[in-house]
Amino acid sequence: MSSSPLLVKNWLDPEAKPFIEFRGVTKLFDGIPAVRDVNLSIYQNELFCLLGGSGSGKTTLLRMLAGFDSPTEGSVWIDGVDITQVPAYERPVNMMFQSYALFPHMTVFDNVAYGLKRDGLPKAQIAERVAELLELVRLSAYAKRKPDQLSGGQRQRVALARALAKRPKVLLLDEPLGALDKNLREDTQLELIKIQESLGMTFIVVTHDQEEAMTLATRIGVMDEGYLVQTDEPHTIYEYPNSTYVADFIGDINLFECVVTENDAGNLVLSAPQLETTIELDDPVVGAVNQTLWYAIRPEKMRLTRDPSTAVNALKGVVHEIAYLGDFSVYWIDLANGFRVRISRPNISRMDDFAEAWGEEVWITWDGSAGVVLSQ
Amino acid sequence: MRLVAKLKSLQRDWVSWVPTLWLGVFFLIPFLVVLKISLSQATIAMPPYLPLFDWVESALEIRLDFGNYLFLIDDPLYGAAYLESVRIAFVSTVITLLIGYPMAYMIATAREPRRTLLLLLVILPFWTSFLLRVYAWIAILKTNGLLNGLLMSLGLISEPLVILQTDLAVYIGIAYTYLPFMVLPLYASLSKLDRTLLEASEDLGATPWISFVTVTLPLTIPGVIAGSLLVFVPAIGEFVIPALLGGNDTLMIGKVLWNEFFANRDWPIASAVAIIMLFVIVGPLMWLNRINSKTEEATS
Amino acid sequence: MRLSRYVFPVMASLGFGFLYAPILILVIYSFNESKLVTVWGGFSTRWYVELFQDPQILDAAKLSLQIAASSATIALVLGVAAAMTLVRFRWFRGRTWLAGMVAAPLVMPEVITGLSLLLLFVALDNWIGWPSGRGVTTIVLAHATFGMAFVAVIVQARLRDMDRTLEEAAMDLGARPTTVFLTVTLPTIAPALVASWLLAFTLSLDDLVIASFVSGPGSSTLPMVVFSKVRLGISPDINALATLMILIVGLGGVFGFWQMRRSTHRRSA
Repeated sequence: MSSSPLLVKNWLDPEAKPFIEFRGVTKLFDGIPAVRDVNLSIYQNELFCLLGGSGSGKTTLLRMLAGFDSPTEGSVWIDGVDITQVPAYERPVNMMFQSYALFPHMTVFDNVAYGLKRDGLPKAQIAERVAELLELVRLSAYAKRKPDQLSGGQRQRVALARALAKRPKVLLLDEPLGALDKNLREDTQLELIKIQESLGMTFIVVTHDQEEAMTLATRIGVMDEGYLVQTDEPHTIYEYPNSTYVADFIGDINLFECVVTENDAGNLVLSAPQLETTIELDDPVVGAVNQTLWYAIRPEKMRLTRDPSTAVNALKGVVHEIAYLGDFSVYWIDLANGFRVRISRPNISRMDDFAEAWGEEVWITWDGSAGVVLSQ
Repeated sequence: MRLVAKLKSLQRDWVSWVPTLWLGVFFLIPFLVVLKISLSQATIAMPPYLPLFDWVESALEIRLDFGNYLFLIDDPLYGAAYLESVRIAFVSTVITLLIGYPMAYMIATAREPRRTLLLLLVILPFWTSFLLRVYAWIAILKTNGLLNGLLMSLGLISEPLVILQTDLAVYIGIAYTYLPFMVLPLYASLSKLDRTLLEASEDLGATPWISFVTVTLPLTIPGVIAGSLLVFVPAIGEFVIPALLGGNDTLMIGKVLWNEFFANRDWPIASAVAIIMLFVIVGPLMWLNRINSKTEEATS
Repeated sequence: MRLSRYVFPVMASLGFGFLYAPILILVIYSFNESKLVTVWGGFSTRWYVELFQDPQILDAAKLSLQIAASSATIALVLGVAAAMTLVRFRWFRGRTWLAGMVAAPLVMPEVITGLSLLLLFVALDNWIGWPSGRGVTTIVLAHATFGMAFVAVIVQARLRDMDRTLEEAAMDLGARPTTVFLTVTLPTIAPALVASWLLAFTLSLDDLVIASFVSGPGSSTLPMVVFSKVRLGISPDINALATLMILIVGLGGVFGFWQMRRSTHRRSA
């Protein structure tokens, strides 16, 4: 997690050497591109998440790192070595499979020991290491069981232990928490982070779940249709998306088309035809006057009020729908021209007698720094 | 480095080449040999045919004698035998289908563990000797056999029925021995059937019989075709069943080939029969089978 | 499925009856004192005694068992190699040939296979002197050839259904392709291997036509002996033989069923 005191943010250091690199990697399956020209550097001790929908290419990218698919173009590097042509069984990488892929004809012990046996380690050493790992995942009592005698959560931990056995330089996790129910998932998320930090390993996780990515990751790489669209810390991805795709993919967003009418420091105005209003911004915008851009603002960054007098930016509308979600409420406000804006507000007190009601006329207000201007 | 890579791929490839070469030698080449011998003449010798290639002084003389083929085309016996084989195989297949479909249906609608038990019961006879099971029918179907004995003691007939050594006995024999080949694909097709479709048709007013005819039957056509081919194709070339249960006038091409080879010691004719069989019967059917499995692949 | 409740079950039961009646008849009449089918001469085991005193049958049985075991084993190795090639390996130059040839023996009439193999053996014998004369070797070669087709079909189906990620996981953990095959693939497809070996064994044991073509003097298989006896009419010691075979197969079936139930019970635990 990005707040860990142990984490050194290597990606911010221009001198730092990346641990894993994808250089211009493209992958075609029967002529259909799954991964397009991906350039990605991952640093040691990161818990990196590849985030995207199905078909985004994230799993393909992971498999190319593991060695199960080879790039059509480009190269893959680990610790300064080009491993593109190296077969999977010779890479210092291990993977935890989405379906766990536990060998059904072997006991838990034999599953975890499998990789160690391939290295030709002496029996005593293998037994010691397996015991160590089983303790780490709290399955010591289950060593003699077979996979079909375990629950889903237990199987997952065996898969993790097996993947950690050889102390790989990098651990790859393919949708590790997808099969778990919600409560178990949260606990396991925190456990994964703890294991990663205590072992000082580099983890690469593939997931389609944004919340999971935001919780686990030191950095997130968002993928869409084979392209790597943005790579940044979770905070940056959320508050400074580089495209409308990323803005929309992560969390909720309100997007308006707008045109720059004035663009100098201290006085920035955008005209938003959909809203029939102008927006004032604090920061300069990359763009010329009269260029069409997108303005993106998160629901929680806007406020509802009956008195817009002190606001920098304001819009008038009518409350169309309210959803009370417990920890916060979502309001959909219909504007005069039919455009709908989404606002969210934490319910900081248990009872709010002054809350806006359905059909009421309200004002939406926000600051100059509340939104982001995007060019794509 | 290139050499190592080549050796590595050779190592992997040898696994592929061994079965390929084996089949090439023991499956493919024999057909070429059959073709070659079909073009030679029979003679009293060992092996009983004249060689095709002969060195006369320094010239290579090749003698391709198409006489065998002309003989087969000329003599109505062989043409009749081919047609008979197809006819008998067809009738047998229909009978097998009629017997096998209800059985497959019963298995597919049964619940575990009964279902596995029934499947096992269908498959079990298949593991006992085919020859012995056909032999059992001799005892049943012969003039003073069990069936006649039973029917006569029940007073249903006064004269014994002549079934053995007729076409009917062959139908029964083929249906009996090939039944598992029909039941299993039908079962596979029926078990994949979505039960809710039948519920839907019932909901829309169809009686069980109509539901069967309009829903179940059409959807199990792939199974019907698969099972039928598994019975029809081998049945055409059957030897044992017509030999044991059929009569002297039961003309099946498998028997003809056997007789030409063993009784007449005429290897070239037997070879010619085999070649024609391949082209006229087996070839088109294998091609049909491939199309069928390709459409199954596409729709699954 | 509430089809007219009785039509199909009745037809089906008749079908099962049809399937088993001849078997039951064989068993019952193997204990018939009388040779005649229509007369019950009392319970007797004389035919079993006669069976075990018939050297022709006993020798043939021994020979058939040996041939079946060897050809089934060869068929297993070849069939697995073919199946792996067609399902797992990337394209190699003979692939289309292999795919076509592997399925063909399944539909090829036995008389054609038998004739073609015999002619091959004769030609080979003339040309390079091997196989010298026909006998056990030629029968084993022939049986292995059509046996491998059955093995390949069964093993291919199982390989296709198998979870590929198991093999990937093994490779990920450092196993070379051969090791992956031996430690993961083979154990996972083991039931298919057993089933296909048994199938090849049974088919070999039962084969009449091909063996007749490719056998030589002194190498009469059990089916060949039975056939020559049976052509002449009913032979009660054959009934006894049949009953014994049915007994063995029946016990095997019960055992197999019991095993299957045990493993599914354990899985649901």
